[in-house]
Amino acid sequence: MSAHPAHENAAEAHHAHSHGHDAGHGSFRGYMIGFVLSIVLTAIPFWLVMGDVIDSKLFTAVLVMGIGVVQIVVHMVYFLHMNPRSEGGWTLMALIFTLIIVGIAIAGSLWVMHHLNTNMMPMTHEMMKTMP
Amino acid sequence: MSATQVHDTGEKPTFYLTEDHHPENSTMLGFWLYLMSDCLIFAVLFATHGVLGRNYAAGPSPADLFDLSLVAINTAMLLLSSITYGFAMLQMERNAKMETLVWLGITGVFGAAFLALELYEFYHLIHEGAGPTRSAFLSSFFTLVGTHGLHVTFGIIWLVTLMVQVRKHGLTHENRRRLMCLSMFWHFLDVIWIGVFSFVYLLGVLG
Repeated sequence: MSAHPAHENAAEAHHAHSHGHDAGHGSFRGYMIGFVLSIVLTAIPFWLVMGDVIDSKLFTAVLVMGIGVVQIVVHMVYFLHMNPRSEGGWTLMALIFTLIIVGIAIAGSLWVMHHLNTNMMPMTHEMMKTMP
Repeated sequence: MSATQVHDTGEKPTFYLTEDHHPENSTMLGFWLYLMSDCLIFAVLFATHGVLGRNYAAGPSPADLFDLSLVAINTAMLLLSSITYGFAMLQMERNAKMETLVWLGITGVFGAAFLALELYEFYHLIHEGAGPTRSAFLSSFFTLVGTHGLHVTFGIIWLVTLMVQVRKHGLTHENRRRLMCLSMFWHFLDVIWIGVFSFVYLLGVLG
């Protein structure tokens, strides 16, 4: 490999970067799509809970959290203009890293604390009365 | 951009750039990294609420306390402020100073309305005796929602500061960069709020 293609690659990478930067601002259409989607995705979970639509509480909870995740992705794409090319892919890399840490922190806390709760010494009625 | 020096020296070819290639606009990446670290703060607070959220200490539960229609209005305020900030950014790209300022002002009004409703909710809760000291659930609730509210407060202060800057100096390169950072901050707060209303309010009332 000679030095010449390396030079070309560098120039190309630079061009790709500035192109990604230009695309990172969003358009009126993009903002409107994001806005309409987020209104729909906000209205559905509120309707599900306030209207008592589904009998199963567990199913409602799963739906609410699922729609929440979809809405977060919508905001990331249409409002925060996340895409695999912005800043040469480093924003996405940082996001993935953060999501892993967040997942460990939240899932791990819930898991550990749940087990602590179930492994607690059972409390009798008399013991409860003497509690501070 | 400096390239390889193979032609200049005629010696052994070097396959690296003599200068580091770094993005011209690394501020955006740096600010994104800050937002990610902020995300970790909220993740810890969410985890705390996930663990403590059911410990009512024989006190009121979310179903007794939360008024979901108020939360829905609050959510609408934040969503509207997000889209109006988007419009401000579009006007900034068109180099329209006055329109940018108007949309930024509308964004600030929606943000302030959100904050006012949240403070009213907090005041109402504390007045009812459901303050942060009542139970572990309420402690974690006030910490999580309060931290978000504090972020919105600083966002509004930042917004007003930038409005003064833009008014005084126009849409200069520096002001554009600042506006883009605030844009990311503002939309990020909206993303956090999605987690708050889904996880804290809706799932809390669901029981």
